[in-house]
Amino acid sequence: MAVSGAVLVLFLIGHMVGNLKIFLGADDFNHYAHWLRTMGEPAVPRRTLLTILEVVISVAVVLHIWSAVSLGKRARAARPVKYQARKKSHAQGYAVHTMRYGGVIILLFVIWHLLDLTFLVVNPKGDGFTPYERVVADFDASRWYITVWYVLAVLLVGLHLRHGVWSAFNSLGWRTPRNDRTLRGLAFAVAGVVTLGFVSVPLSVTFGWVS
Amino acid sequence: MKLTLRVWRQSGPDDKGRMVEYPVDGISEDASFLEMLDVLNEELIARGEEPVAFDHDCREGICGMCSLVINGTPHGPERNTTTCQLHMRKFKDGEVIDVEPWRAKAFPVVKDLVVDRSAFDRIIKSGGYISAPTGAAPEAHSVPVPKPDADRAFEAAECIGCGACVAACPNGSASLFLGAKVTHLGLLPQGQPERWDRVVSMLETHDSEGFGGCTNTGECTVACPKGIPLDVIGRLNHDYIKATAGGAKK
Amino acid sequence: MSDTSFFTQGDPIADAKAPGGPIEQRWTTRKFEAKLVNPANKRKKTIIIIGTGLAGGSAGATLGEAGYKVIQFCFQDSPRRAHSIAAQGGINAAKNYRNDGDSVHRLFYDTVKGGDYRSRESNVHRLAEISTQIIDQCVAQGVPFAREYGGLLDNRSFGGAQVSRTFYARGQTGQQLLLGAYQALMRQVDAGNVELHPRHEMLDLIMEDGRARGVVVRNLLNGEIKHYTADAVVLASGGYGNVYFLSTNAMGSNVTATWRAHKHGAYFANPCYTQIHPTCIPVSGDHQSKLTLMSESLRNDGRVWVPKKAGDTRRPADIPEDERDYYLERIYPAFGNLVPRDIASRAAKNVCDEGRGVGPGGLGVYLDFSGAIERLGRKSIEAKYGNLFEMYERITGENPYETPMRIYPAVHYTMGGLWVDYDLSSNIPGLFVTGEANFSDHGANRLGASALMQGLADGYFVLPNTIGDYIAQTKLPPVAESAITEAEQRVRSQIETFLSIDGDRSVDSFHRELGHIMWEYCGMERTEEGLKKALELIPALRKEFWERVKVTGKGEELNQQLEKAGRVADFLELAELMVIDALHRTESCGGHFRAESQDEEGEAKRDDANFSYVAAWEWAGEGEKPILHKEALEFEYVHPTQRSYK
Repeated sequence: MAVSGAVLVLFLIGHMVGNLKIFLGADDFNHYAHWLRTMGEPAVPRRTLLTILEVVISVAVVLHIWSAVSLGKRARAARPVKYQARKKSHAQGYAVHTMRYGGVIILLFVIWHLLDLTFLVVNPKGDGFTPYERVVADFDASRWYITVWYVLAVLLVGLHLRHGVWSAFNSLGWRTPRNDRTLRGLAFAVAGVVTLGFVSVPLSVTFGWVS
Repeated sequence: MKLTLRVWRQSGPDDKGRMVEYPVDGISEDASFLEMLDVLNEELIARGEEPVAFDHDCREGICGMCSLVINGTPHGPERNTTTCQLHMRKFKDGEVIDVEPWRAKAFPVVKDLVVDRSAFDRIIKSGGYISAPTGAAPEAHSVPVPKPDADRAFEAAECIGCGACVAACPNGSASLFLGAKVTHLGLLPQGQPERWDRVVSMLETHDSEGFGGCTNTGECTVACPKGIPLDVIGRLNHDYIKATAGGAKK
Repeated sequence: MSDTSFFTQGDPIADAKAPGGPIEQRWTTRKFEAKLVNPANKRKKTIIIIGTGLAGGSAGATLGEAGYKVIQFCFQDSPRRAHSIAAQGGINAAKNYRNDGDSVHRLFYDTVKGGDYRSRESNVHRLAEISTQIIDQCVAQGVPFAREYGGLLDNRSFGGAQVSRTFYARGQTGQQLLLGAYQALMRQVDAGNVELHPRHEMLDLIMEDGRARGVVVRNLLNGEIKHYTADAVVLASGGYGNVYFLSTNAMGSNVTATWRAHKHGAYFANPCYTQIHPTCIPVSGDHQSKLTLMSESLRNDGRVWVPKKAGDTRRPADIPEDERDYYLERIYPAFGNLVPRDIASRAAKNVCDEGRGVGPGGLGVYLDFSGAIERLGRKSIEAKYGNLFEMYERITGENPYETPMRIYPAVHYTMGGLWVDYDLSSNIPGLFVTGEANFSDHGANRLGASALMQGLADGYFVLPNTIGDYIAQTKLPPVAESAITEAEQRVRSQIETFLSIDGDRSVDSFHRELGHIMWEYCGMERTEEGLKKALELIPALRKEFWERVKVTGKGEELNQQLEKAGRVADFLELAELMVIDALHRTESCGGHFRAESQDEEGEAKRDDANFSYVAAWEWAGEGEKPILHKEALEFEYVHPTQRSYK
């Protein structure tokens, strides 16, 4: 869980940095999208590095889900009879309770997101347009519900990271009483930056700051 | 005080069990939760009914025998307090109180609110000790222990083995219990020779007993009547990873 | 001299195992003279141990490691829950780490004197010798004792001792020592040397040819009656303080194992020696099920007082200074609030008897920290006693930083127990008794931080060295089937009787009533009149118990009422013996205070000419007068003097 999660966090940060290029203008953004495919050329053929990255990320996603499912299964097996009283939670805040259902929603979102901006199945523009045009069309003010969907999903990702990043350190045994504050701060910062970074693009388009 | 109790009744391990409602009246605010159950039981006996079976012994918060999930919270609403030390003044007059046993596959219900926690003994048996045959000990001052280590070891060693961590954990994990012992013994110089074998062996037993995996929700440490900190789980993971992946275990 | 109309005088007895010679050499001599069991033969020798507290747990771990086949039982759901776990203060050891003049001899001396000259010198000296090894052993096991910044062990002075010889782990020393013994025991369970049976209660002893050969136990989970046979049986089942119903003992603590052995002929020694602890939280109402002790250290900074006027119901803050009676400081100007446990307890009872007690029922005295808070600051009081104050507030709902604590004495420890010789063997061959269950080392009064020391000394070091002597010298045939069936039958028929009475009073109601009688007439202060009254009340209550007790449920299931019924039945018999012992001992000594035997100042007055002996009682049968065997006590090294704390 922690290791696959760590790969995905790194990916998210990279993805977010890439997204922010949209604020530098259409050319920069499109160029970046193109570069992703030509990374490593001419040392390796086109799309090699990108494919490797895609494979690594996919494997991480699969492992992450597999870990989550097996932990969930173990949890169910470990408590075959549920409590009758609504179990009160006293733990460290909201994020921790969003991990499982949040994870499922994030997965659904990722599928939508791939269909939208990678496979262009549900994108209003589709093939034959630049990535920049697709993004701008996607989050057009008339399609506010798509923006809302993206923003909600990203908020869940933020919550996921808020607990997940800190939790990963504990799972890997790197958390000590001394560094706990730092780690909590780090988790908060990563979650915050990633959330802001990701929501900024759809919101900017919807509100017309990027067009 | 007047209260309505909804208590889990189960005549034996094979019974399905159900919640049964009991009104109780005239409870003193100064009574402990278990004394309140004593009063209920006296009434049940007077009526010729079976009293509610529950585990308890020292009634001063140290033996770890009492349990009970009270209104969905192990050991009830007061923090750092076992059920036997929880007093009725923490409840409101007229309140409806749900009383259930610890719920975990590894803690099967024996009767009513009594569960079998021998899985904890089996975890300790599989490595939760330092091998020091009687008589073989060196002079106590031959090995100084830095005070911060001794204090942290003590803090972890305070675990009373009640199982509230498991009862509270959404995953039914006993990582806090396990981590507490691994931390206690692993911090002391005397515990070093067996440190890596201990953690692997105890964790294997933990898993085979049917406890769930840890997702660091932190519910355990809040429910823990001794306030064992979550760091002990970090240390457990650290030692386990080092023992297995790091090759520290022979 | 005593009135002998309620007991029969038997032959004197002596401890045949204690060697003579210089006291420092006796233990070494005994270890050398004791026969050894060939290591290869140990595997074939079975030892049953009842109880998993400090005495039982440490014995199980050590005997298992030594190679014996150990079968061990406890009534709790895990060996780790035995009531040793609740000991707070610490454990004494003559390490002299403070360089303050401590030594084995001083610990020996203090313990004999503290026991008010009613213990055996040989035993106490051995205890003091072994004390240092216990600390070594526990540290090696990973017991996290308090340490100083240099990494060495910290010590404190405890219970009025003038040297700092107490090792501690915050207020949870008992817990940490017990977990050490428990872990060592579990290691032997894992190694296959100890067969452990939690949630099993011993209900009878299997006897053959006058020897203890096994036990009958009830599996508390399903009611199954089983028997186990062995070469020797060890009882480490703790004390009998719960005869008072309200005590600081755990709810399950009971006398059943030792009492049923007593009924097979094991002598019960000094049953009237009970220790009352002065600083417990008072009873708050009829619901009260147990009493909670708070460390005595509170008396270091708290001042004990009651209103001068009887029946003064004003809030403590409203009672002006000159209307308060700081009675300990007044009566004992030299020691003040730090007088020994028995004196502080009795003084509290006296002021409450005068109607000056405070709190519900008038059974309490104030322990006031306002002066200390003013002098040292709240911070420093919090650092010292924070956890105790928290505990007090949790239980009473009162904040002791703002209003004085209320305290009252409570039964805490029983010095009496089954009679044992130097080898810890009872007078029944093959039956050994360790820890609080025996009577041996504390005389008439136990010093603070000495219970843990004795339990571990017995289990880790004494018994493993002495039990072999019996085993090596005894050739035992397999136990005859008839002896086993007979014992099982006794147990079954008692259970059937309980379930068939179907009366109208709960077990607890009888226990409570017995507790009242004992506390009233055989508690802190005993009089001939009161004891004789108790001697009428107890048999009557016992008779009523067997006619009117209501035990619900079945025998073949987890049945907590049935468990209690058996224990209370035994307490009802023990209580009578305690009263007889108290009645026959017309002197005051240690925890036994006879109002008739006090000096002009109200202090306990011993009668060494007539009572310098151990009273070992033999069971003479249902309804028969018990038989008194006296073991004379000799003092070669510590000469009896009258205590004075003025």
